[in-house]
Amino acid sequence: MYVAVKGGETAIRNAHRLLADRRRGDRTLPSVTIEQIVEQLGLAVDRVMAEASLYDRPLAALAVRQSRGDLIEAIFLLRAYRTTLPRFGTSVPIDTAKMLVERRVSATYKDLPGGQLLGPTFDYTHRLLDPSLIADTPVEEPERREATGDAVMRVADILAHEGLIESDGEFPEDHQAGDITREPMEFPMPRDLRLQSLARGDEGFLLALGYSTQRGYGRTHPFVGEIRIGEVEVEIEVPELGFSVSLGRIQVTECQMVNQFKGSAKAPPQFTRGYGLIFGQSERKAMSMSLVDRALRAEEFGEDITAPAQDEEFVISHSDNVQATGFVEHLKLPHYVDFQAELALVRKMRADIEAARNGDNPMQEAAE
Amino acid sequence: MTDLASYNFAYLDEQTKRMIRRAILKAIAIPGYQVPFASREMPMPYGWGTGGVQVTASIIGPDDILKVIDQGADDTTNAVSIRAFFEKVANVAVTTHTKEATIIQTRHRIPEQKLGEGQVLVYQVPIPEPLRFLEPRETETRKMHALEEYGLMHVKLYEDIARNGRISTTYAYPVKVAGRYVMDPSPTPKFDNPKMHMSDALQLFGAGREKRIYAVPPYTDVVSLDFEDHPFEIQKFEQPCALCGARGVYLDEVVLDDKGGRMFVCSDTDHCEERREEGHTGEMPSQEAAE
Repeated sequence: MYVAVKGGETAIRNAHRLLADRRRGDRTLPSVTIEQIVEQLGLAVDRVMAEASLYDRPLAALAVRQSRGDLIEAIFLLRAYRTTLPRFGTSVPIDTAKMLVERRVSATYKDLPGGQLLGPTFDYTHRLLDPSLIADTPVEEPERREATGDAVMRVADILAHEGLIESDGEFPEDHQAGDITREPMEFPMPRDLRLQSLARGDEGFLLALGYSTQRGYGRTHPFVGEIRIGEVEVEIEVPELGFSVSLGRIQVTECQMVNQFKGSAKAPPQFTRGYGLIFGQSERKAMSMSLVDRALRAEEFGEDITAPAQDEEFVISHSDNVQATGFVEHLKLPHYVDFQAELALVRKMRADIEAARNGDNPMQEAAE
Repeated sequence: MTDLASYNFAYLDEQTKRMIRRAILKAIAIPGYQVPFASREMPMPYGWGTGGVQVTASIIGPDDILKVIDQGADDTTNAVSIRAFFEKVANVAVTTHTKEATIIQTRHRIPEQKLGEGQVLVYQVPIPEPLRFLEPRETETRKMHALEEYGLMHVKLYEDIARNGRISTTYAYPVKVAGRYVMDPSPTPKFDNPKMHMSDALQLFGAGREKRIYAVPPYTDVVSLDFEDHPFEIQKFEQPCALCGARGVYLDEVVLDDKGGRMFVCSDTDHCEERREEGHTGEMPSQEAAE
C-alpha cells in the first residue's frame, strides 16, 4: 500500500534529539568544558578559528563541542555566527617583525639574528603512544627564557638588504583591503583577496596542492625562509584621535617561503616568495598556503601554467571546505523529481531499441 | 557568551539585505543575467538552499505569507527545515497553499497552479551557469554571455540528437530569457519550463555557493532552446494521478512492492490535496493507510 512520505517535522525533531543525546554521550561521565577544549585541544580550536576567519577561542571551542569534534562542522557553525556580525573597521596591518616570538625557525640559515627557537613543536618527538597520558600524570613546568622585548628580524628582510629577494610589493596609496566575505569573488583576483581565500581554505586541500608542487606539478623550488609563531598587536585607527589604538593581541603563524629566482636581461635575478599567515598555531597550513600562493603567482612571473596548483580559478573555487561539504552532502537531499525525468527518458529510449529489435525496423535488424 | 543568539529580523543584518536587494534589482533590470553578489554564510549548508534563503530573507516582510516546497512537496524534510527557519527568525505566517502565499521558495519544481501578480517565486539554484558543463571556467563563460556566444549550447543539444535521436536533457533545460541571455532554470524538470514564460509572478533565482542572483520579471519571454525539426517538448505521463486523477501534471513514481508494482501521484502535494478536497479521486484514493 502507498505510504506517503509524511511526518518530516516529527522526524527532524526526533533526529535532533537523538543527535543531542549522542553529542553528550554517557551521562555518568562529566561533560567536557569549553575551558578544557581551549586548553587541551588548542590546535583543533586554532584550526576552527583559522578556517572560520574569526579569532575567538571560547566560541571556537563551543563550536568544537557542539559539533562532536567534527571540525568542518565546527568551522561552519562559527562562520554562520561570524557572518551576522557587523564590520566596524579595518585594522592597521599587523607587524609580524614586532611579533613576540614563541617559535621561529629558518631552513635557509644555520644561525641568524634572533636565533632558531623551536618552541612547542611536535618536530623531533618520537611518535610513540604515551601510556602515561592515560593516567594523567603531572606535567613539569616548562623552562622559559626571559623575554628580551627585542624585535626578531625577519629572514626576508635579511635577503632584502642585499636586494636578493623581491619586495613585499606595493599597493597604491588609496588601496582598500578587499574582503571576500563582503564582496563577490571575481577572477582573476588580486593577491590580497587570493591570500584571504587561502587563509580560510581547507587545510587538507591546501596541503595536498602544496605537496603536488613538490612532486613536479608546478615546481617552485621552495625553501622555508622562516616560520614564526607568536603574538602580535592588533591596532585600529580611530579617525577622531588621529592615531591607532591597540585592540589586543592575537596569536598567528607566519611562513615566508623563498622560491626560485626570476630575472631578465634588464633586471638582475632575485628570489621570489610565497606567503602564508594563519590565526593561531598552524604550521602545516601556513606552509601549504605559502607553497600554493607561490604556485598561483605563475602568471605574474610568466611561468607556464600546467598544474592544478597554478590554476587560480580551480584552487580558489574548491578550497572552501564549508562550500565543498555542503554541496557534496546536498546529494543526499531528495532529487526524485529530476530522477523521475531521467527514468522516463531511459525507459523510452530502451523501448525504442526494443521496438527496433522486434522488427519494426528491418534495416536495423539486418544490420545486427 | 550566553546572550549570543540574538539575530536581526530574517537573520541577515540590514546592510546585507540592502546589498542583496540591489543585486535583485539589477537582476530584474537585466532578465536572465547572473548578478554576482557577496553571498553570506548561512546557518544551513551550501547546496541546501542558501541562495534561495538569502533572497527570501532579503525580500520578506512581517506581512508576508511564506510557502516552501522541495520536489513539489511542502513536507519534505528540507522544506520543513527552511520553513521552520523563517518562522523562527522572521516570525512570519506560513502556508502550504499556493494561492495564499506571497513568497514561494522552491527547490526543483514550479507549482502546478498558475501563479498570480504579486507573488514571488524564489528558486534555490545549485549551478547557475547553464554553460558550466560545457566550459568549466567562469572567466570564459562570462565572456560567452557577454558576446551572446551560445553556439556551444546548440552543438551540445545537436550532439544529443545525433547520439540518442532526441534532446536528452530532462531537467535544468536551458532557456533564453527576453531574447538575450541563456539561463539555467535550476534543476526543475523541463515539464515546468513553459510555466516560466510570460508568468504573472516575479521569479527570483538565488545561488548561494556560486554567489549569483538572477531574475525573470513578470511577463517576460522565456523560450526553451530547440531546433525547428526537433521542437521542445515536455514530459507526458500516460496515466493520471492515482490519488486525485489529475492529468497534465508532473507525477512522482512510488514503488509499492518488490514485484514491480508502482503508482504515480502528483509531485505538487498542495495541488493534489486541493483536488481531493474538491472531490476528485484517482484509482487508488485510499489515504487511511498512509498516515
